[in-house]
Amino acid sequence: MSSPTQDIFAGIDQFLKKDEEKDLLRFTTAGSVDDGKSTLIGRLLFDSKGVYEDQLASIQKATVNESAGAIDFALLTDGLRAEREQGITIDVAYRYFATPRRKFIIADTPGHEQYTRNMATGASTANLAIILIDARNGVLSQSRRHAFIASLLGLQHLVIAVNKMDLVDYRQDVFESICEDFRGFAAPLSVPDLYFIPVSALHGDNIVARSERMPWFEGASLLHHLETVHIASDRNLSEMRFPVQLVVRPNQNFRGYAGQVASGVIRPGDPVMVLPSGRTSRVKSISTFDGEFDRAFPPMSVTVCLEDEIDVSRGNMLVPPSHPPQVTRCLDARVVWMGNQPLELRRQYIIKHTTQLVKAQVRNIRYRVDINTLERHPASDLKLNEIGAVVIDTHSPLFLDHYGRNRATGSFVLIDPVTNATVAAGMVTGRDPRVAGGVLEPDNVVVEADRVPAAGRQARIGHPPALIWLNGGAQLAYALERDLFERGYLTHVLAAQTDGTVLLEVARNMIAAGLITICSADFLYEVERERAHALLGAEQFIDCDASRFDTPEAAVAGVVSELHTKGIVPAS
Amino acid sequence: MTGLTLTHLRVLEAESIHILREVVAEFQKPVMLYSIGKDSSVMVRLAQKAFYPGRIPFPLLHIDTTYKFREMIEFRDSFCADIGAKLIVHTNQSAIDAGANPFDLGTQKCCGLLKTRALLDALTAGGYDAAIGGARRDEEKSRAKERIYSFRDTHGQWDPKNQRPELWNLFNSRLGPGESIRVFPLSNWTELDVWQYIHLENIPIVPLYYAKKREMVVRSSTLIPVEIDVPLLPGERKEEVMCRMRSLGCSPCTGAIRSEADTILKIIAEMMLFRRSERENRVIDFDQEGSMEIKKREGYF
Ligand SMILES: Nc1nc2c(ncn2[C@@H]2O[C@H](COP(=O)(O)OP(=O)(O)O)[C@@H](O)[C@H]2O)c(=O)[nH]1
Repeated sequence: MSSPTQDIFAGIDQFLKKDEEKDLLRFTTAGSVDDGKSTLIGRLLFDSKGVYEDQLASIQKATVNESAGAIDFALLTDGLRAEREQGITIDVAYRYFATPRRKFIIADTPGHEQYTRNMATGASTANLAIILIDARNGVLSQSRRHAFIASLLGLQHLVIAVNKMDLVDYRQDVFESICEDFRGFAAPLSVPDLYFIPVSALHGDNIVARSERMPWFEGASLLHHLETVHIASDRNLSEMRFPVQLVVRPNQNFRGYAGQVASGVIRPGDPVMVLPSGRTSRVKSISTFDGEFDRAFPPMSVTVCLEDEIDVSRGNMLVPPSHPPQVTRCLDARVVWMGNQPLELRRQYIIKHTTQLVKAQVRNIRYRVDINTLERHPASDLKLNEIGAVVIDTHSPLFLDHYGRNRATGSFVLIDPVTNATVAAGMVTGRDPRVAGGVLEPDNVVVEADRVPAAGRQARIGHPPALIWLNGGAQLAYALERDLFERGYLTHVLAAQTDGTVLLEVARNMIAAGLITICSADFLYEVERERAHALLGAEQFIDCDASRFDTPEAAVAGVVSELHTKGIVPAS
Repeated sequence: MTGLTLTHLRVLEAESIHILREVVAEFQKPVMLYSIGKDSSVMVRLAQKAFYPGRIPFPLLHIDTTYKFREMIEFRDSFCADIGAKLIVHTNQSAIDAGANPFDLGTQKCCGLLKTRALLDALTAGGYDAAIGGARRDEEKSRAKERIYSFRDTHGQWDPKNQRPELWNLFNSRLGPGESIRVFPLSNWTELDVWQYIHLENIPIVPLYYAKKREMVVRSSTLIPVEIDVPLLPGERKEEVMCRMRSLGCSPCTGAIRSEADTILKIIAEMMLFRRSERENRVIDFDQEGSMEIKKREGYF
């Protein structure tokens, strides 16, 4: 008879071939202290046999926490000595496990005061986040925070694991009401995929297999969900972006551009444009150690050769001439502040975006987000772990996409040139005040021509443009215009015309000209109001329904204060 | 799955190549720490891919304690010659001359002199600002939080509280005067990934990884190779044992495991069966709970 070892050897070749074909899912975990995050992760590692026997043995040797019985799963994920001494975990820790279907990388971010920074770091590379909720406590303000950070970092998939179901007798109504709460506040975050699951990390219910103690739950177990959740289409495969890392030129006959495909698909023969020069050529070949490829897609690292000898260097980007990104020296972004020293306006920072390092300054903080209420407040700085919307000027142009559409070309970090610390993580919100109305400008008008730059226009005018949608009659509109004008704003009233499309087009041009545009329009223009709001976003759009105010003076004061809140302040 | 999805090994490969290219683009004088082990073999392959069709644009640095297995040194020399890599070998000669060895000094002190000190000296002597190492986060619990870019102060020391957050694939490579960095492009690889990649890519590794009959001192559950004279305890003798090394260090401090696995496939099968932590038989780790971390703080990695 053959031994089990021999059986395995016999089948191993086939097994391995299949195993080597697995894909990869990265997820991050979030929870408040004691929600059971360490237990859950330990359980996943253990039950998926990811924990080696002797690591267990050495844990049992080092065990300090006796309360959890035979194996304290939480200890499996414990780490550094200093932390062990203080009894806390400090940072993002990465853990690995695999099943025959997928390899997993967990970015484990412990919940405490450094939370925002750590979770943002962990989420930046993740496809999915697991948010733990203690069934006894329900949705707390921390859970909102976690969901907000996950959505801010662009995660498409959230798993809401309602833990400690054993302590609420595995009751369906408890679970259902938590789901309802969570759905309520998560709706505006627009995370497309929410999966709710009742679990007991301690007892293993619904972790690897479906629990018999919760027959009312019809979904898949946590592990099964992680193994099957569809992530391939989360990537942007339509707009090719290839940031050049290095020029590879070993001899006279070979000149290639090494980089990692950020998005889209590259094929030999494709027309490409080099940014910032705007020169065009075609892809001659995709050259690798493993031979020539007939296509490359994210996240492949390849070397691209072009038909023509054109000047290309590190920091340049190859893009399709038909769908280039924004080329700009000024950008709007959300930032998570990570520096110990607060953000300072007009101080010099260094921005790292794709393969570019460029000097940058924060011109303006539009607002700070209160992470517990999601409310926006005016701010003059951002402190460690605070999140805000800012306008950044850069020394030379960046090639940007909206973060929501392209994680690789929409993300950046800010570096303090004195301490060299990484002080912020940024997500481009795609609006470019330089090109006036930002998104109102069609996306394909991008490559810098010899136009008057909007930054220059704005510098001369002394404030950025905005659109005030005023529902209160022409008289009020002109009163507001006069008031704003006297305060130093350059402003103009646009009275509604019959055609909504024309209205929007005129508004766009006035914003492009840099004006605070007061659009006086009644409820018949509701559709246009919504479109303008969606296109401009909250930063540049002010909605004023005069019926909310007792007097015209109050309405005017309300608009002025909102202009201040949004950081649209005229130079004095 | 669509045709535009990469396998986990190809994702890891692409990310490691990205890291290696960033290092070459952003540092003045990088060097790759070459330990001759399987992880080094994988790293060198990734470097070949990263700069193809050019040559690897940095030297490989081997810290030779003089207690390495003969097979390791032979492999090192032929491997580096085959791929045309520039090899630098450094030894803490004054410590060797003063008679440093693990039996008299204990493994901690011996490693401190022949590995940590030697490495720091070699890095200083070469003026390297970035040292690329093959450490993985799954090797040990305390490594789970190690960054891919790990900063060292002017003494080459690691401060767990003063590391930079790493977001997306945007690495901050700015250094102050005298500071340096260790880069770990294999951070996200597991031991199994490494073996699978060696299998997939057919990467040469030191024959010590394969099982064959070797002369060993059997000490409780550990097998100690007899390459150099191991002082025998009462009742011990040398025996021929079918065995192999799971990780390669210095011969006096590397235990072997009993094994029949004489091919990569068998090694992987064995791993999946036994699932022992890789460093179980590396004597140094058992010195002290958390010892790896002390070494790390002192600059061993
Ligand atoms: N009854 C019960 N206790 C749990 C469960 N999950 C975790 N715990 C306990 O809750 C406490 C905190 O768990 P831990 O994993 O350390 O929480 P963390 O702070 O989120 O990492 C520990 O005592 C766990 O044993 C569960 O599903 N049921």
